[in-house]
Amino acid sequence: MGKRVLLIEDEPNITEAIRFILSRDGWTVDTHFNGATALEAVARRQPDVVVLDVMLPNRSGFDILADLRAGPETRNLPVLMLTARGQKQDREMAERRGVNRFMTKPFSNAEVLDAVRELYDAASLAP
Amino acid sequence: MSETKQELGAGAGSRVRQRRLDRGIKQGELARRLGISAAYLNLIEHDRRRIGGKLLSDAARALEVEPSALIHGAAGALLDDIRSAAALGGAALPADERARADIFAQSFPGWAGLVAAQARRIAELDRAIQTLSDRLTHDPFLSESIHEVLTSVTAIQSTAAILKDHAEIDPEWRQRFHRNMFEDSVRLTDSAQTLVGYLDAGDQSDRAFATPQEEAEAWLDAHGWHIPRLEDCAPGDIDTAVANLGALPNSSAGRALVWQAARRYAADARLLPFDPFRRAIDATGPDPMRLAQRFDVDPLTVFRRIAAMPDNVVGPVGLVLCDGSGTLTFRRPVPGFPLPRYGAGCPLWPLFQALSRPMQPIARPVEMTGRLPRRFRALALARPVHPGGFAGPEIVEAAMLLFEAQSQHDGPFDPVGASCRICARDACPARREPSMVSSGGGDLAETATFARDNG
Repeated sequence: MGKRVLLIEDEPNITEAIRFILSRDGWTVDTHFNGATALEAVARRQPDVVVLDVMLPNRSGFDILADLRAGPETRNLPVLMLTARGQKQDREMAERRGVNRFMTKPFSNAEVLDAVRELYDAASLAP
Repeated sequence: MSETKQELGAGAGSRVRQRRLDRGIKQGELARRLGISAAYLNLIEHDRRRIGGKLLSDAARALEVEPSALIHGAAGALLDDIRSAAALGGAALPADERARADIFAQSFPGWAGLVAAQARRIAELDRAIQTLSDRLTHDPFLSESIHEVLTSVTAIQSTAAILKDHAEIDPEWRQRFHRNMFEDSVRLTDSAQTLVGYLDAGDQSDRAFATPQEEAEAWLDAHGWHIPRLEDCAPGDIDTAVANLGALPNSSAGRALVWQAARRYAADARLLPFDPFRRAIDATGPDPMRLAQRFDVDPLTVFRRIAAMPDNVVGPVGLVLCDGSGTLTFRRPVPGFPLPRYGAGCPLWPLFQALSRPMQPIARPVEMTGRLPRRFRALALARPVHPGGFAGPEIVEAAMLLFEAQSQHDGPFDPVGASCRICARDACPARREPSMVSSGGGDLAETATFARDNG
C-alpha cells in the first residue's frame, strides 16, 4: 500500500501547493478543511502522516492533536503541525500535546516534503 | 505604590498639610477624597492623630507624592529611590557601597536624584517593552493581521516555488497556480495595508484607523451618526445610497461593515420613523424601555435609534454594543467617556453588568476617571436571542447608552474607567491588569490586597 498523508488545512491555495508537491513525491494526498470533522477524516482516510494547521474553522489544531494523542489508534500517528503563530508558547503548547514536528509559516516546499518523509521513515522504523 | 503598614514618622501630618497647601487643595476636598471628616484630617495635619497604612497611601496618592516623602520628608523619599535603583543594579553594585546609600544621598543629593530619576525611567521603559512584547498576545487584531499576512506569503512562496522548480508542469496547472498567486497577492496587499495602517496609527492623529470596525465607525462619525439618506430608504436602494454618500473605508472588511451598519440603520429607521420617534422622545424622554413599549419594538432597536438621533434631539449621546463575550462590537463615543481602541473596556461598566442580568434594564450614574472626571447617566440592557431555535445556541447582545449627567442628580456616582490598561485608578477591585499610566504601573498584588482588606 502506498504512502498516504492527510492534509488538514483550510487555506485552499496552500492546500493546493502542498498537495502538488507531495503528490509528485509519490504520496496519496487527502485533504480536509474543517476542524470540527477532522478526527472523522483521520479515521476514514487512515493516513500514515498528518499535516495539521493550527488555525482551523470550528476547532483548533491543538485540540485535534490532543484528541489524536488520546486515541489508541492515533496515539503514535506522526503529526506535522503548521502555523503562522510562531510564538514560543504556541510551540510549547504543541509539544505538550505531543506534536512530532512544528513548522511556522512561511515555510519552503522542500522543508514540508523533508519533514513528511522523515516522519514517515521514523514511524516505519518504530517497533 | 506600596501599601505596607507604616508607622507615623515625626511630622507626617504636617507634611500632609504642607503638601496639600502646595497643591492648592482645600482641607474639605482632601478629606472627602480620603473618606474621612475634615475635622479628623485637621487633627492629623496638626500631628494630633497618627496616619498610617491605607490612609497614608491614599493621602500620598491624592497628593501625588510617595508615602515615604510624607513619613520621612523629601530626604527619605530620595533614599528609598536610591535603594530601589541599587536593587535594579544587582551585582554591579558592591554590597559595601550599597550599604552606604544614605551617605551618597546626603553627600551628593543632585547626583542621587539623577540616579533615582534614571532608575524610574528604566522601570517605565521595561514596562513599555514588556507591553509591546506581549502585544501579539494581548492584541487580537494585530495577531490576526499578522496571521493573514503570513498565510498569504506562505501560499505565494509555495506556489512560486512550484512554478520555478517544475518547468514541465501541465499548462492547466500552471494557469491554476498563476491565478492562485494573483489572488494571494491581492489578499496580501490588503492585509499588509491594514497592518501598516494599524501599526502607524499610534503616531498619527485620531483620523488614523486601526481596525475595520474603527473604519466603519469613522465613516458613521463623518456623517454625524445621523444619516438622512438612510432615514427613508427601501432595502433595495441602500447600496446606492451608501455609494452616493462619499468616500468609503480603504479595506474591504471596513467597507463590508459600513454596508452592514447602513442596512441596520435603515431597518431601524423603518421601524422607528424619524418624526414620530422624535415626538415620542420629546414626550417621554430618551427612555429606551418606554419607547420600546410605545412602538412595540425590541428595546435594543431603540438603543440604536436613540444613538442615531441628531444632537439637537437627545443631546450628546454615546452608544456601546457588545456581544456575549464582552467584545465591543460598536462604539459611538461621547465626549469625556473614552472607549478603548482594542482590548476590553472597564469591567465596571453597566454594559457588562447587564450581561449577567439579561432583559433587566440597568440605569446608573457613573463618573469616568481622569484628570477632569466626567459624569454620565448610563442605561444598559442585555438581550438574548435564539436564531437557531431551541436547538441552537443563545446569542446575547448588550447595549449601553451614555448621556451627560444632569446637575440635579443627588447621590454618589459610580467610578468607572476606560480600560484597565490606561486607567489611573490603582486601587480598583476590578482591576485585571497593571495600568500603563498610573504611578509604578499599578500592582495587581496591591489590588488583591485592597480587595481582601475591603471585603
